[in-house]
Amino acid sequence: MATVTFDKATRIYPGTDKPAVDALDLAIEDGEFLVLVGPSGCGKSTSLRMLAGLEEVDGGAIRIGDRDVTHMPPKDRDIAMVFQNYALYPHMTVADNMGFALKIAGVSKDEIRRRVGDAAKLLDLAEYLDRKPKALSGGQRQRVAMGRAIVREPQVFLMDEPLSNLDAKLRVSTRTQIASLQRRLGITTVYVTHDQVEAMTMGDRVAVLNAGLLQQVDSPLGLYDKPSNVFVAGFIGSPAMNIATFDVKDGRATLGNADVAIPASISSKVAAEGSDTVVLGFRPESLLPASAEETGGIPVLVDVVEELGSDAYVYGRPAGPAAEEQADRLRSDQIIARVEPRNAPQKGEKINFTVRPGSEHFFSVKTGERLEP
Amino acid sequence: MSMELRILAAPREQQALLDLPWDMPLEQWPEWYLVALPRGISRHVVRFTRLGGNVYALKEIVKPYADREYQMLRDLARLDVPAVQAVGVVSGREAPGGESLDSVLVTRHLQFSLPYRALFARMMRRDTVDRLIDALVVLIARLHLTGFYWGDCSLSNTLFRRDAGAFAAYLVDAETGELHNGLSDGQRAHDLDTARTNIAGEMMDLLAAGQLDESVDPIGVSDQVVERYEALWTELTEWEAFDVNERWRIARRVDRLNELGFDVDELDIVTDIGGRTIRVQPKVVDPGHHSRRLLRLTGIDAQENQARRLLNDLDTYAAVTEQQGEDEEIVANAWVMDSYEPVLRAIPRDLRGKLEGPEIFHEVLEHRWYLSENLGRDIGLEEAARDYADTVLRHKPDELAILGGTSAEADTTQPFRITWSDLQ
Ligand SMILES: Nc1ncnc2c1ncn2[C@@H]1O[C@H](COP(=O)(O)OP(=O)(O)OP(=O)(O)O)[C@@H](O)[C@H]1O
Ligand SMILES: Nc1ncnc2c1ncn2[C@@H]1O[C@H](COP(=O)(O)OP(=O)(O)OP(=O)(O)O)[C@@H](O)[C@H]1O
Ligand SMILES: [Mg+2]
Ligand SMILES: [Mg+2]
Repeated sequence: MATVTFDKATRIYPGTDKPAVDALDLAIEDGEFLVLVGPSGCGKSTSLRMLAGLEEVDGGAIRIGDRDVTHMPPKDRDIAMVFQNYALYPHMTVADNMGFALKIAGVSKDEIRRRVGDAAKLLDLAEYLDRKPKALSGGQRQRVAMGRAIVREPQVFLMDEPLSNLDAKLRVSTRTQIASLQRRLGITTVYVTHDQVEAMTMGDRVAVLNAGLLQQVDSPLGLYDKPSNVFVAGFIGSPAMNIATFDVKDGRATLGNADVAIPASISSKVAAEGSDTVVLGFRPESLLPASAEETGGIPVLVDVVEELGSDAYVYGRPAGPAAEEQADRLRSDQIIARVEPRNAPQKGEKINFTVRPGSEHFFSVKTGERLEP
Repeated sequence: MSMELRILAAPREQQALLDLPWDMPLEQWPEWYLVALPRGISRHVVRFTRLGGNVYALKEIVKPYADREYQMLRDLARLDVPAVQAVGVVSGREAPGGESLDSVLVTRHLQFSLPYRALFARMMRRDTVDRLIDALVVLIARLHLTGFYWGDCSLSNTLFRRDAGAFAAYLVDAETGELHNGLSDGQRAHDLDTARTNIAGEMMDLLAAGQLDESVDPIGVSDQVVERYEALWTELTEWEAFDVNERWRIARRVDRLNELGFDVDELDIVTDIGGRTIRVQPKVVDPGHHSRRLLRLTGIDAQENQARRLLNDLDTYAAVTEQQGEDEEIVANAWVMDSYEPVLRAIPRDLRGKLEGPEIFHEVLEHRWYLSENLGRDIGLEEAARDYADTVLRHKPDELAILGGTSAEADTTQPFRITWSDLQ
């Protein structure tokens, strides 16, 4: 078991001048489940492959524990790429399917038996060790495949979108299995996905990448509650945060008739950067339906209502007198609000929303960085 | 929400594909749609079907993967890599009940190809294993030269065709593949490491099934893959330095590469400042040296070793008929008329589908040698061909039986009852 450190690690692909991964600084703790997440092309696979030894490192260093592995061949790194291939061999027992790679590596028979036994216990496969894969259920077979990686007892597990070829239902159940298994094993794990829901449900911490640059590393809750910039605010959370540029004047942020009181500290930070606007974000659950007479509300025309049983979400667009300007300044094409499923509005209805005071997120218009009150 | 069935393929094949029961999971397709041919181990459901005289392989797989593999196989075809040919992707499938079904990747069934399980179904000897491994090593090196990282190299993901007593290997599963401008050492090393683990696993499985000669050591064989690959890669790419007086060594390097089946289109030659040493590295290397030469001279499309064999026979023919000084193409043309075509014509029509033409010719050459030895006199080619057809080729169906799995392992090897001619 070991820590993993990316120390200003950089990868510039030949023929390109923009780094695919740009001076990545990331310290992963021993036993931690770290998820790398970001949109397509952000450099998450490249980061993982640099750690695996598949991609050259053009600058900086990578360490596993105290070992500098920056230029070490993949097989000497003591890592295991999981699920790249999990063929099961029909004529071999479950035990042999799990242990054969150790035989190749020259591990002694006794040691193989011990490791396979341990892994089988962990995977609830102990009573099936002498059976052939054919006699197992689909889920059990998948666990045998996981066993293949586990018995290697590597210092680090690496997984790049391991669930992407499963259908939605199986993906959700396998997700929980992997996460709970990792916790029982306590092996440091780096997991790549483009799916922020997957990232948030699985990771101890989540590292958000965009355009080759690390945006933020934090616990799922930390990312959700305190996104450190506009990108993370918009990327993390499902449905997404509503984000728009507001005018700042006299201690209030306004956009058309929408009007939000803001802390004095925010006003002065905005003034300090020589600006009179601020990026304001509010999550769907921070919007409250208000009476039509209430001032400072945001009138929204309901396009779609998504009923999820315990919750309902309204997807709509600005509908007040300043609708056009509001829509222009909105980062997304819609406003999303969580509402009580019991009195969810109908499609085509117009509702007035206000922002729950204190739940706003503020970001600098100039840098996109979070402004703390 | 109702989806629309989409068939991405060339118009002619689109039409034919339309008739298949896409609203059913592949696993439930009635037998009359299917052709029972042997296949390797796979995670996805794979089935074969015949449409308009062609046999197609169908693989059920989630759409992004189907699209990706389709594109990858098209790219590999463009790069002239031996791989199965992608035909199309069928997506937007829906069962009558409304639930959606995974996409299907459609590829052409590679004619005359054998999954390794079928080759091993009769006890396999050590030297056959060696030849199989050699074919795979050449394929991996070829892929790496073109910048293709396989990600899941195994015997299951390779198809083998007979090649004049040896084998030629084809890539069948590009699901995990990636195309790059060039590969890093780490990528090559990892590919080999995967190959090594997979091959050892596959061999151990055969051993457990009693289909491998006890003298074959799975781990030894898998180590051999790495050793042979390293040797080939060195020959293909390494800088070699020598004294200016030893310039003949350039020609020798090229000869060695030709011998291995690679053409050298460009050499990088650097002379050091003092001008005493020369350093050479092959820059552009193309595999298929012999098969390209044979194709150019005769129009016969053959595998590398078959081509080598046929070209040797062509050389012998030139010598025997005293045409060595003649224009190559003229001699080649005469050889096709005097030797190659008469041999194939001497094979009864109903037996011609059993092996590819060049393979038959190669076997007839072997047979002639063997007959002449036995009889103590020189046998003519045509006579050898007739004898070969009657005493050897006709009995090949026996060999076909080995391709049949038993029904007890229906999910590993499909029952197989089909003659080669059915495939034509
Ligand atoms: N071999 C390569 N040569 C050149 N550029 C590359 C190569 N591989 C990736 N890139 C580029 O580097 C950037 C990062 O790619 P990477 O595959 O790491 O992204 P990713 O976040 O994993 O994306 P995805 O979710 O699509 O897999 C992209 O712009 C990509 O186009
Ligand atoms: N075009 C083809 N011609 C001949 N055989 C084929 C073809 N396509 C697939 N097969 C057979 O089907 C088998 C399974 O195909 P493939 O390897 O693509 O499936 P897979 O489920 O992706 O495998 P894996 O488990 O390795 O990911 C192959 O081993 C091969 O024997
Ligand atoms: Mg990726
Ligand atoms: Mg496969």
